[in-house]
Amino acid sequence: MAAVVRASGTATSELKKKSLVPYLLLAPGLLWLALFFVAPIITLVGTATKTPGAGIGEFIQTYRWANYWDALTGASAQFGRSFLYAFIATLLALAIAYPLAYGIAFKSGKYKNILLVLVVAPFFCSFILRTIAWKQILGQNGPVYRTLLDLHLISSTTHLTASVPAVIIGLAYNFLPFMTLPLYGSLERIDPRVLEASGDLYANAFTTFRKVTVPLSMPGVVAGTLLTFIPAAGDYVNAEILGNPSTKMIGNVINAQFLNTQDYPTAAALSFILMIAISIMVMIYVRKAGTEELV
Amino acid sequence: MKTATRWFSRNLIRIYMVLGFSYLFVPVLYTFIFSFNDYVKSNLVWRGFTWNNWKQPCGVLDVCPALGNSIKIGLLATFIATILGTLIAFALGRYAFKGRAVTNTLIFLPMASPELVLGASLLTIFLNLGMNLGFWTIVIAHVMFCISFVVVTVKARIASLDPRLEQAAMDLYADERETFRRVTFPLVAPGIAGAALLAFSLSFDDFIITNFNSGTTITFPLYVYTHAERGLPAQANVIGSAMFFLALIIVVLGQVVSKKRKVGA
Amino acid sequence: MPDASTSAKGDLKLVNLTKSFGEFKAVDDLTLTIPEGSFFALLGPSGCGKTTTLRMIAGLEDPTSGKISIGSTDITDKRPYQRPVNTVFQNYALFPHLTIFENIAFGLRRRGIKDVKAQVDKVLNLVELPHLADRKPTQLSGGQQQRIAVARAIVNRPALLLLDEPLGALDLKLRRQMQIELKWIQTEVGLTFVHVTHDQEEAMTMADTIAVMNEGRIEQMGTPAELYDNPKTAFVANFLGQSNLIQGSIVDSDGDYHVVDLHGQKVKVLKSRTHSKTSSVLYAIRPEKLRIDTDGHIRPGNVFKGGHIVDVSYIGVSTQYQVEMPWGQEIMVFEQNDDGIPPLDKGDEVTLTFEPAFAFALDGSQDATAGSEVNPEEE
Repeated sequence: MAAVVRASGTATSELKKKSLVPYLLLAPGLLWLALFFVAPIITLVGTATKTPGAGIGEFIQTYRWANYWDALTGASAQFGRSFLYAFIATLLALAIAYPLAYGIAFKSGKYKNILLVLVVAPFFCSFILRTIAWKQILGQNGPVYRTLLDLHLISSTTHLTASVPAVIIGLAYNFLPFMTLPLYGSLERIDPRVLEASGDLYANAFTTFRKVTVPLSMPGVVAGTLLTFIPAAGDYVNAEILGNPSTKMIGNVINAQFLNTQDYPTAAALSFILMIAISIMVMIYVRKAGTEELV
Repeated sequence: MKTATRWFSRNLIRIYMVLGFSYLFVPVLYTFIFSFNDYVKSNLVWRGFTWNNWKQPCGVLDVCPALGNSIKIGLLATFIATILGTLIAFALGRYAFKGRAVTNTLIFLPMASPELVLGASLLTIFLNLGMNLGFWTIVIAHVMFCISFVVVTVKARIASLDPRLEQAAMDLYADERETFRRVTFPLVAPGIAGAALLAFSLSFDDFIITNFNSGTTITFPLYVYTHAERGLPAQANVIGSAMFFLALIIVVLGQVVSKKRKVGA
Repeated sequence: MPDASTSAKGDLKLVNLTKSFGEFKAVDDLTLTIPEGSFFALLGPSGCGKTTTLRMIAGLEDPTSGKISIGSTDITDKRPYQRPVNTVFQNYALFPHLTIFENIAFGLRRRGIKDVKAQVDKVLNLVELPHLADRKPTQLSGGQQQRIAVARAIVNRPALLLLDEPLGALDLKLRRQMQIELKWIQTEVGLTFVHVTHDQEEAMTMADTIAVMNEGRIEQMGTPAELYDNPKTAFVANFLGQSNLIQGSIVDSDGDYHVVDLHGQKVKVLKSRTHSKTSSVLYAIRPEKLRIDTDGHIRPGNVFKGGHIVDVSYIGVSTQYQVEMPWGQEIMVFEQNDDGIPPLDKGDEVTLTFEPAFAFALDGSQDATAGSEVNPEEE
């Protein structure tokens, strides 16, 4: 946003003023978002305060705000788990993606574009298919399990799938491109001369990395961690496919209550709480990280 | 000593990159390999190589109709979202108007909300309105979450456009309409194409939001998910792999074309 | 397009032109006439309002008040595409998606001209790049892009060609070559060129008339020689070349000359070269007009006594000295290395002499450093 205004510099006439045109351009898209994003969220808030009616799946608006509290206390374990898993998965993804992005930005020469395409490429092979692939790779019949068993590194009673690490590895895997691309974006913008200057000013490679590279790549770190944490916290596919009943995340609960038990008020309350909780965390994080430009 | 450290640090990054890309591609490779599996009921254990699955990708019940739905929904949602999003991007990139902050927030929020919340809240309103879930509710949902990504992509392209190019066109006797037609649009077009590709891949691969709003309509990700329990046919692997290679070819071709354009004849 | 474009011909007139950005006045009540067919330069430091002036002439910026006309046609409220004016943009702004041919043909096509091919070929020959017609702009070198940008503008034969720092992106050697070439093209096509630059050498090489701008106003206007030889303000004296400005006061008159007292030493300056309404003056002399005389050989004319050298820089064609005067001020002296005598040393006691006719005197109430500290790097 700010960039656009800045780009036109002193030329304020560049942005045409007092015209109806921008509103006409905005209208259809924003109307769509108002109808199918804003209105649904508001409806969600209302649905959450309904109580069961006569038939199954029928609910009457009674403004029972305590529903929120009940929903929260009823699923506090899953909430905690969601944020914990998402947090660890985000750190894991950051640890994997940072060197990857760094390598693409500074060490890949003319292969830069190809490597960038490769980062996004797995997206094109269905997300569910890939998660199932992980399940089979790590599963009892899969190559990883077999090898570890043959090497006597694990016993036959150990499971690689249906476990907490499997869920977290799956989450980190799924959102890795979301982490890598913004990191690459901010690393790529660093002028290599700045790094040379740091070396010239008696910083060794590690100090240069810590004092120059990392601070300059912070916008990418913030964007990447948000793009990973937010969907990871709301995900339930990984927990469903790679987990077991004790790894259920809040997404599994909301999903089940919407689609199986049809307890819409509780599901709506949980969804809204999830959204608010994530928004608050994001706000605190962004303020601490001191980055304003997100879009 | 110094050169040894430097050599090590340089290659450390390379080794790390190889490991990172392996992590990214192992499941894709696995999916690809098992698309050739001569499976019986479930595609879990390797039973030998066969071309059959690739020769008959529609050989299993429901898989191709699901794929067809995904493609139809993807194209439709991409078409609508690209138009709506591009219009917003031009408003944001080219005009000063009141309500810019609100607009930006409205664009940002869907991207910052968990898919689950988007899907669940849409389902709530569809239920309240008594709408029949199915093809069209999926399209509505997909357009909704694709718009923001289109806006961000196209807006970035507009922002990177040198304002002097449009000024030069005006200076060379092109009025506003001609300037848009001859200079602005051709220069923003690659961004719009990229946004459309992104929207299609988001729509095609979406599971969570679709799952909430699909009713009895089955898309390809839904098919894969529901059949995962009972054993997935290798045809799913065939389609997944084929889509992967197809997308890769499109992206590479796009890059080659844009490079050629830049370089000229 | 509407062909008001080719009909308007004549002098460019700016009348009371003002552009404000909020409180800041980028261009302040500018009145100026640029004669048809001339090569005119607007010279000034970054932020002096020269680019804003150019953009207002092009129609890319709306004036806050004032009037712009070409000949008898008022173009103040015309859109950029309705003006008989074309611009060579800074960094050229060639359309990256079009070939060189189509870039040049752009304006002709918009105006619905028939023999596009012939005209484009002609102008490509003029800039000596006919073989590049089918290339894309990114395949061209900086110098080639620059020439294509000129070709794209002059092919339209505008009443006025505007050049916005056209050579800023080129390296020194190429810039020199392009200066000569641009001057040649201007004589060849006979159009009015208005050239904006912060580079005084560039302005002096090419322009017939230079207007030196500072803080939204014109400080002084004239031919390069007039501006250099007889500056009327401290800003012009310092911005165009270098000057020694010494605070003093007029104490007497001697025929065509004023006698000026500079910290106890008496020197002369022509009355016609004195631009002060009061007796308080900044007495000015260019460094290359000063001669260094060691004891015994004092040449006639004005004399500064009691200096000693504090710094010597040998730069080949000349040697530059900093000479500290008894009143503490350091005076710059450029000596041609044409006499085979080795440069003087630091600490040497010297006397400076010069022809009185070379000196000039400015209003003493000005800041003596105005225009000397400006960073010539633009944007």
